[in-house]
Amino acid sequence: MRDAAPTSPVARAVVLRKNPFAGFLGVLRDIIRRPSGAVGVALVTTHVVLALISPMIAPFDYRAINSFSMLTGPGPEHWLGTDHLGRDTLSRTLLGGREALLVTGIATPLAVLWGGFVGIFFGLVGGRLDEVLMRLVDAFLSLPWILKMLVLIVTFGTGLGVLIPTLAFFYGIPVIRIARAATHDVVARDFVQAARARGHGRMTIIVRELLPNVRDALLVEGAMRWSWMLLAFSSLSFLGFGVSPPTPDWGLMIADARGFMSFAPWGVLAPVIALSSLIIGINLTADALAKALGIDRAQKAPV
Amino acid sequence: MLAMLLRRVLLGLITVVLVSLIIFAGVEMLPGDACTAFLEREAQGQLLENCRIDLGLNQPAFLRYLDWASGALTGDFGLSANGHKTISEMVGYRLRNTLLLASCAMLTGVPLALFLGIVAGLWRDRSPDLVVSTLAIMAMTIPEFVSATLLILIFSVWLGWVPGIVLTSASAPVSEFFPAIFLPIMVLAMVMTAHILRTVRSSVIEVMASDYAQMATLKGVPYWRVVFGHVLPNALLPTINVVALTIAWLLGGVVVIETVFNYPGLGRMMIDSISDRDLPVTQAIALIIATVYVGVNLTADMATMLANPRLRTLHTRKR
Repeated sequence: MRDAAPTSPVARAVVLRKNPFAGFLGVLRDIIRRPSGAVGVALVTTHVVLALISPMIAPFDYRAINSFSMLTGPGPEHWLGTDHLGRDTLSRTLLGGREALLVTGIATPLAVLWGGFVGIFFGLVGGRLDEVLMRLVDAFLSLPWILKMLVLIVTFGTGLGVLIPTLAFFYGIPVIRIARAATHDVVARDFVQAARARGHGRMTIIVRELLPNVRDALLVEGAMRWSWMLLAFSSLSFLGFGVSPPTPDWGLMIADARGFMSFAPWGVLAPVIALSSLIIGINLTADALAKALGIDRAQKAPV
Repeated sequence: MLAMLLRRVLLGLITVVLVSLIIFAGVEMLPGDACTAFLEREAQGQLLENCRIDLGLNQPAFLRYLDWASGALTGDFGLSANGHKTISEMVGYRLRNTLLLASCAMLTGVPLALFLGIVAGLWRDRSPDLVVSTLAIMAMTIPEFVSATLLILIFSVWLGWVPGIVLTSASAPVSEFFPAIFLPIMVLAMVMTAHILRTVRSSVIEVMASDYAQMATLKGVPYWRVVFGHVLPNALLPTINVVALTIAWLLGGVVVIETVFNYPGLGRMMIDSISDRDLPVTQAIALIIATVYVGVNLTADMATMLANPRLRTLHTRKR
């Protein structure tokens, strides 16, 4: 089944360097061939497409308050009922992922980039500085994420300008560790030594020798970070520290509808299903990606 | 061996000191201080000056850090900004409640995870594994507040078996937390179980494929004796570290869960202190949580070292 693609990461990196596009398609095909991967990719694609086109297809204005149809059940006019202000649940659920996808979609690549670069750099340089950095990373990781995020958000506000850099910063820290460990695995190899002997500078070695070999680990880590970030983002809006109303957001919608759960469960269930399906989709994709790239994810820590 | 253990303890201590520095520096960098929070609108001129002298805020940051850190060592975190109460007194019962919740979740989650993980690993890629693995992915990826909300909807609203929120006061005796504590325990245990069982599963699979397990099978040792005699003792060792990491996760996850269930624990106190801008309380809770985190990881690492003869001789260990 996988005879065309070399299985060891190093061998693959060699092939990828010659023809990066073919390698990408091969990995994608490998992901889709696994049932869980196919489901994951389908879920993520659906959510991204819906987030892009939802302003055009949402049947109602998400802000339209209607005091005559509060908390009505699903029916021909409002397919998924209305919330406590009479706003259409279907429209709000369709639009509710846009903010989350926008924020995490920008913050995830940023986190992987800065964390990956710092990790690779210090993995290559090593020595005292590297030891100090790792202790700092340990110290940062020992504080719960929500504390770090909340302190910054309460101080500087909840706008996108705060959320994106904050998420990117804190979620880049665990990436440092992954990138550094992956770098340590290759830094003693012959081809890196050869590059050193040829007199290449640090930057050249990082870009031409290390990056192609660490990239697989970073890709998988990035997919994981994306799902953790979504979780963090929606938890923050659930707690009232994320998106500000009336912007529709799944976390906020669940928090609002919780009080009316006993007689209007659809208000909770719609955003719950939307949010869960996106996060499950990302995780299935990440799992399949890890298997396709030959990296076992199950051993990785949950932090 | 002893040198290695000591080295590991030293690393843990360094981390705690670094964390305390980060917490202190982080709070220093925020605009406002305990006096502006306490005096609110009257925070200006002479009144502010007096308050700062009163609390020693006019001293250099370095001295204040030493003062704070040495106090924290003896369990004295000073006074809260709102209402000038003793922080260690405020924290006491909250810490007990969070530990109660966490230990109940562990007592349910860890045995369940071991059982399910071993089953999934032994029946790899067959129906028990597929069911367990799928459920595990769902349990560990769905945000805690979502699963908490769903559980409240099912078990409290629809079935009416257990209360959906905790109304007990922080200082109530432990017995009064039951049965309202069941749902929060369930949510925590679900996520923990999922994380741990995935490691147990892959570890069982790995050891089952190892040379010595194959060898035992080829020699004609009965299947279950291979499993219990050779595979499980080796496969369960990596679990210690994952349990530790899961406890570490739990310290953060408990914040959201305590808020959802209105549970009077440390996590909710942290959120309240942050929204009230009660920085001394936030500092104290952050330091307590980080210390527990480091302590748990330290214990797990030492337990692994003691249990695994191969690690005793290694000088550098991959993390």
